[in-house]
Amino acid sequence: MAFLKAFGSYLPERIVTNAEIGARVGCDAEWIRNVSGIDERRFARDDESVTDLALRAAQDCLERAKVNASELGMILVASGSWERQFPGPAASVANRLGLDSTPCLDMPMASAGSLFGISLASRLCASLGPILVIGAEKMSKVVEREPMERGVAILFGDGAGACLVHPSDGFARIVDCGLYSDGAYAEDLKLPFSSPLEMNGRSVILQASRKIPRAIATLLEQHRRRAADVGVFLMHQANQNLIARVAQALEVAEDKFYSNIRKFGNTSSASMLIAAAEWSSTNELAPGEALCFAAFGAGFHWGALLAEGSA
Amino acid sequence: MDKRKQILEIIRAVAGKEPTIAPDESLFDSGVLDSFGLQDLVTGLEKSFGVKIPDSDLTPRKFDSIERIEEYLEEHGK
Repeated sequence: MAFLKAFGSYLPERIVTNAEIGARVGCDAEWIRNVSGIDERRFARDDESVTDLALRAAQDCLERAKVNASELGMILVASGSWERQFPGPAASVANRLGLDSTPCLDMPMASAGSLFGISLASRLCASLGPILVIGAEKMSKVVEREPMERGVAILFGDGAGACLVHPSDGFARIVDCGLYSDGAYAEDLKLPFSSPLEMNGRSVILQASRKIPRAIATLLEQHRRRAADVGVFLMHQANQNLIARVAQALEVAEDKFYSNIRKFGNTSSASMLIAAAEWSSTNELAPGEALCFAAFGAGFHWGALLAEGSA
Repeated sequence: MDKRKQILEIIRAVAGKEPTIAPDESLFDSGVLDSFGLQDLVTGLEKSFGVKIPDSDLTPRKFDSIERIEEYLEEHGK
């Protein structure tokens, strides 16, 4: 058994509007909104690292969960934008939480990282204890690599989200997950070591539009659930138009998919947990009510996770 | 109805306007379809031609022009 105990998030203070980013890449604010649903995003300060962002989200999550860092059995950090090849940020986050021997794992998975992290944590927490899953990204540094590409630059923002997966206590029980990977598309979305992010947007949209709803539908069918009965879908905030397509494919209202991409843009691995943290601050899951996570990202990696409100 | 007419009808429905485009011209570069329109185009082709297009065939270049769509359908016996 595994439970969702709490979420947390951290967003840098600086707001970057469509007008500001549009001026840098030669497009207007309205066009950005139309193609992505994004109005603004946050950029971290130069002196804020991926580890700094991750730490703030971790602290917020632990505070909301009323759990001390010393109780953690493991920390998983997903990030596709950390500053060096190794070590990743996980052990540094643990160190700054005051831990000196808790096992940590870095997951360089970008957008699907948090989903895979929660899934992995749900399998491991029975033996390790509570596991803190974090997605943290400083995409502004990626976006700024020259030459800036319009289709990439307009999408991304910085931020971090966190989720505490607990073996015996939480507001929702993790029922099951379906995870998938297909390396045939590895070249369609990639971040080389020092050159700009490369994205075949058409391929990403085409595959994501099919694979996300299929992953959700398969998981729900396996557990005799209907998409219409799911209380909330918490999906990677990649693009509002994609979220709408997934809702349409599942024949559910778009507002069943919680969205905050308008304010924060696409924060890659962090986005799903940032959305979850915001959703959970003003919403509750009724006993037995379903919550469904879904994500898709570079790899391609994708999948869905089903949880239901605790009694 | 001949195949090209059927394809043009699907493109018209997805684009929401009359596609004034040469058969070998890119549907995307010409602005007739965007990334999301491509998914609708593929769904329309599956429905109209009774063909199941697997994910592995779902690459933009295979559906980039009317001629390429015709070639794809011919390869799949349609």
